[in-house]
This record gives sequence, structure tokens and C-alpha cells, in this order.
Amino acid sequence: MSASLLAADLPYWAQALLRVLGGVVAVLLPAGTIVYVFLFKMMSFMQSRLGPMEAGPYGSLQLFAEVGKWLQKEDITPERADRFIFKIAPLVVLASTFLLVAVVPFGPDAWFTDFEAGVFYMLAVSSVSVLGILIAGWASANKYSLLGGLRAAGQLIAYELPMVLAVIGVIIQAGTMNLQNIVFAQNAGSMFGWDGLGNPFILTQFVGFIIFMIAVQAELTQTPFDMPIAESELVSGYMTEYSGFRFLTFFIAEFATAGVFSLIASVLFLGGWGIPFAWFGWDTMDDVDGWMNVVGPLIMVTKMMLLSFVIMWVRFSYPRFREDQLQRFAWKVLVPVSLVNIMITAILKVAF
Amino acid sequence: MTSTESLIDRRQLSYIAAQAADARLNVELETEGMTLNIGPQHPATHGTLRIIARLDGEQVVWAEPSCGYMHRGYEKLTEVRTYPQVTALVNRIDWLGSFANEVPFILAAEKLMEIEAPPRAQWIRTILFELSRIANVSLFLGDLGVQLGAITPVFMAFRDREYVLNLIEGATGGRFHPNFDRIGGLKDDLPAGFVDETRVVMKKLRNFCDEMERLLFGNEIFQSRTRGIGVIPKDVAMQYGLSGANLRASGVDWDLRRDQTLPMAWNKVDWKVWTHPDGDSFARCWVRLQEVRESTRIVDQLLDAIPTGPVMAKVPRIIKVPEGEAWVSTENPLGEMGYYLVSKGDLGPFRTKIRSASFNNISIVPWVLKGVYVPDIITILASLYFILGDIDR
Repeated sequence: MSASLLAADLPYWAQALLRVLGGVVAVLLPAGTIVYVFLFKMMSFMQSRLGPMEAGPYGSLQLFAEVGKWLQKEDITPERADRFIFKIAPLVVLASTFLLVAVVPFGPDAWFTDFEAGVFYMLAVSSVSVLGILIAGWASANKYSLLGGLRAAGQLIAYELPMVLAVIGVIIQAGTMNLQNIVFAQNAGSMFGWDGLGNPFILTQFVGFIIFMIAVQAELTQTPFDMPIAESELVSGYMTEYSGFRFLTFFIAEFATAGVFSLIASVLFLGGWGIPFAWFGWDTMDDVDGWMNVVGPLIMVTKMMLLSFVIMWVRFSYPRFREDQLQRFAWKVLVPVSLVNIMITAILKVAF
Repeated sequence: MTSTESLIDRRQLSYIAAQAADARLNVELETEGMTLNIGPQHPATHGTLRIIARLDGEQVVWAEPSCGYMHRGYEKLTEVRTYPQVTALVNRIDWLGSFANEVPFILAAEKLMEIEAPPRAQWIRTILFELSRIANVSLFLGDLGVQLGAITPVFMAFRDREYVLNLIEGATGGRFHPNFDRIGGLKDDLPAGFVDETRVVMKKLRNFCDEMERLLFGNEIFQSRTRGIGVIPKDVAMQYGLSGANLRASGVDWDLRRDQTLPMAWNKVDWKVWTHPDGDSFARCWVRLQEVRESTRIVDQLLDAIPTGPVMAKVPRIIKVPEGEAWVSTENPLGEMGYYLVSKGDLGPFRTKIRSASFNNISIVPWVLKGVYVPDIITILASLYFILGDIDR
């Protein structure tokens, strides 16, 4: 594996600065794009209305107006809230997003950390947001928030397991937990000797892919699984008492996490930043040309938009489950199906 | 004597001690319940209804609706209004289907005056009555989605309700509060082009119903959220005095439009009263969906055979209703709505009792909410379908 582009000839502080800037861009850019393209525009078109049209051409600057509005709002802390925990909760949730994006590879050399146990790390830090949501619900000193926080805790823990089990199929097939190597395995692979498309794992692991996307939907608390927020029941769940900048932090975290999970899903199942290596006759990671560091992120963003479109599409179309139905679905359907998937994958891996 | 007293004392003391021990045990074992105030300001109560729910975890142990936050005293206000002025008030009771509120009041006054509106006025009244039912219930179908977390149906409901409101506005001049009904007839005849326009809109509304059936009623999550939730058996529904679609969804075949002879045009056309045997939330929603379809059928048939003639009977300029008492109720969008009118021969009513459907319909809430989970509170309240103005008159 070639050394990171960022590592080349730069002092440590410059590397660190570039990585921080890159991380901020990688978190905020998907969040902003998803909010504008899907939440503002696609949702409006699905609901036979136009959405924002005034701020900028086709309302494209609406997001800046919204951010400006939120920044101006008063930052209210409820009187009986646990003040310190109340204030750090949104940051904990957002931190989980930044931690997640740290392992996502965007190109042959464009990554933040090249981590051997990348998948393991990704699954571990995605649970940090549960902690933030739980303490937000508890610290708000509000009954709706408490119910929302507890629901979120139960739900997110229940859907961790199917997500882990869905990814195990990919790990077995790729033989590695390094996300960069998973991308390589897919693009350098071949299907029955034909390498024109590589071997994206969505073809062999489609069961795992579907379970992973359902679990992502639940992790993001998007609509069929949005009981923690459930605005018609719990007002706004754990976010009820938040206003101004802290609410904005939750909001960014929600959509940034949607973007980052789409990125991870595209790495695990859709071939990530790569194009089939056979097209250009690349055999190893070192053969990959430097221009993939520019094209790769664009391919990643395209795949991210595709997957977050699916997430948002489901979000705007479905009513929500009840809490017990959601638990039943996780434990009685998703977990057994993903276990069977793992078993079949393992058998086929040994057989071929 | 003293020995028996001391015996009783000893018994009592041991009993009290046992009770106290039990209580301690209970305190140790049972978790502390939580009282959740849903409302008066809450997204799911479409207004200012307050549900006080005592929860054990997410399960409701005890619940009670607390209404009156929006009481406007219409019964009292009618006493200081003349008869023609009252219709402007009662428009605001069920604000989504406001024309339907005027009709029973006007019919009660006409009954006392022993006059009857000319046939054309009766037919137009029935058409507007059914249009306001469509406007009301189609919004319910969209709102149902929002309550269950699906945000798209409500916009479709608003879009298609707009066509109906335009029709009502075209005929009466008011989108929400027509104030169009007069004692002895109507304020005006229908405008030119109303009939053709209405036919087009009725076709759109039938499409809307099909769309709702595909988008919402056919959805598995929707069905699993509503089927078997908040079951109201037939006898309980009748004991609590439910009416309208809530009663018909419990399997009671009862519709005042068919079962009553009023000077209206319902019995002149062919339509069906839908009932559902289940009595759960899904049944209530489904019955309402079918009612919108039936209403479009009624309107279509009424338009086919609308009689010609005047829209106003001969009534004196200054309306004085003769002494007497009258009770008229109609099958409004929300259920049975009636007015008990007491007249002393003055310009205005001496006393008016308004029987509105939602007030009786939510009386079952403590019974039906016992033992359900918090998300089901919202499902059940949404499927019972009340309008705050109709509860707090």
C-alpha cells in the first residue's frame, strides 16, 4: 500500500490541519447536500409542493438562511436540567459522526487513517451516538425527552446486532477488516473469471446489504424507526428541549451520519471509491494511478447520494413502527436472517 | 368487655401491621408510575385537548381527557343573537365541515316555524353538506398518516381538499365558514358552472381515495399499527354514546341520513351505509375512507337530478320563531350533531343545547386507553377523530 498523500513531505502540524479540515468537509458537505437535495427538494416534490424557492436559485441557499436563523436563536437550558450533560450531549452525537468518517477511504491515498480493524472500529464508534442521545433525553428533565431517550437506547442497541452480523458476511468474503482492502477486494476481484465489473459485494451479499440498510435506517432514527423523535407522540423526543445552536448540532449530526453511513455502505457493498481495476490493468494497490485520488471522492459522493436517496425515500413514504414491533423485527427477523447469511457465506467461501 | 375490646385492638393492630408490611413490599417491588400530560399544547391533539395519562413504563394505567381549554360558550351566546345570526356562530363548532353545523340548527328553527325549504334549496343543502363532509374527512385521512409518522399523505389531502373548498367558496363565498344557510332556504342559488366543476372534483376525490388506499391503507406498517388497536365492541360503543363512523366501525348499522326523514335529499339517491365488524382503529379509518367515496357518489347523483325552482321559501322579513321546543339532529362528518331549541317567541332562541359528536366520542377515551402503549394513544385518538371546536363548543 502506498503512503498517504498527506504524509508526503509535510510537517506533522500541516498534516493534522489538513486532516481536520478534510474531516469537517467530509462531514458537513454530505450533510448540507442531503438536507438541500433530499429534505428540502425531493421531499417537496414527493408531496406535490415546491419547497424553498426564494433564497438563491431554486432555494439553494436556503440552508444558509436556516443556519443563520438557528444561530440567532436563544440557547435555552431548562431550569431543572443537568446543565453540563445537557450541553455536551449534542457534541457527543456529532463526535460519533466525526469518529466514523475517520476510517472511510475516499481514494487510493485519500484517507484519514488507514486502520487495520476499520470495520470493527466503525461498528464500535457508531454506538457512541446512543450515549449522546440517551444523556440528552435524561438531562433535559422532560418526560417526553426521557421517553425518547430510552426508546432510542433500546432501539439503537437492538439494531447494532443485525448491523454487525450483516457486515460479517462482507468480512468473510473480503478476508480483511480494513476498509481500504475491502474496496480493493471488490474492484480487483472477478465473477467466475470475468473481471469487467470487479466483484461488488452487493451481488453476493445482497441479503447483508438489505439488512445493513435497514439497520442504518434504524441507527439514524429515520422514519419507519423514528420512535425516539416521533413528533406526533413525543413532540420531538430527546431533542424537545434543545434550541438554537445545540439543536443545529443534532440536526447536522443526523444528516451527516446519514451521509457517512451511506459512504460506509458504498465501501462495504458497492465497491467504494474504485472502478473495476481490470479496466486499466491495475493488479495491486500500488498500480492504481494518482488521478483516482480526485475521481475516487466523486465516485464516493455519487454512491453516497444514491444510497441516501434510498434512505430518504423510505423516510418520506412509510409510517412508523411501534416500539415492540421494532424490537420483534430486529430480534426475530433480522438477526436470524443475518445468521443464516453468515453461515451460507462461510460455507461458500470454503467451497470456492 | 375490656377483654373483647383488647382482642379487637389486637386483631386490628395485626391487620394494620400486615397491611403496612404489604405496602412496604409493594413499594419495594413496584416501580413508580409517571404521569404524562399529553397536551394542552401537543402536536397530536389538533388543538387544546389535554390527556392526563398515568404510565407504567410505556403502558397506560389510567387516562382521562380534560377538555374545556377552548370553550367559547356558544350555547350561551346564541341566547343573545337573533336566529339568522346564530349560523355565523355554529359554523365555528366543527371548523372543518362548517356548513354541516348550520343545517341542523336551521332545520330545528324551520320545524318550529312549520315551514319547509323549497326542493331546490334542500338539494343544494344536501350537496353542500356532503361537500363539507368530504372536506372534513379527507383531511382526516391525511392527518392519520402524520399521526402514524408518514408525512406525505397529509399534503395530498390538503391538495385535494383545496378543490372542495374552492367549490364551497364558489357557492357560498366562504371557504371555512360559509354562513350560507337561511331559515326557509339558502342565501343564493348555485353559481354558473358549479355542476360541471363539481363533477370534475368528485372524480379527483375518488382518485384521492384510491391513492390513500394504496399509500396508507395497504401499507403493512400502517396495518400492524392500527389493526387490533383500540378495539371498541358494539355494546360498549353504544353505551358510551358514540356516533358516526366510530359507531359504524363497531358494527352498528346506524346512519341518521338514512334512518331519519328530514327535509333533505339523501333518501332520493342510492347510496350505502358502510359498517365494519372489527371496531378497531383500522375499521374506523376504513369506514371513513368508504364514506368519502359514498359522499362523492351522493353528490354526483344529486347533481344529475337537481330540481329547478326558487331557493327560498316565503318567510317574514323579521324572523320570530313561535313558542315551542324542537330537537333536530343530523349525521355530521364527525357523528350525530343535534340542536335542542327552546323558543319563547322572541327574535332569538331562549335556550339552545348543542349536542356535538366529538364530545361524546371522546368520552370513551378513559375506557379505550386503559392498558395501551404510548404510541397507541396517538393512533386511537387519531382514529376516534375529534375536532377541538366540536368538543369545546
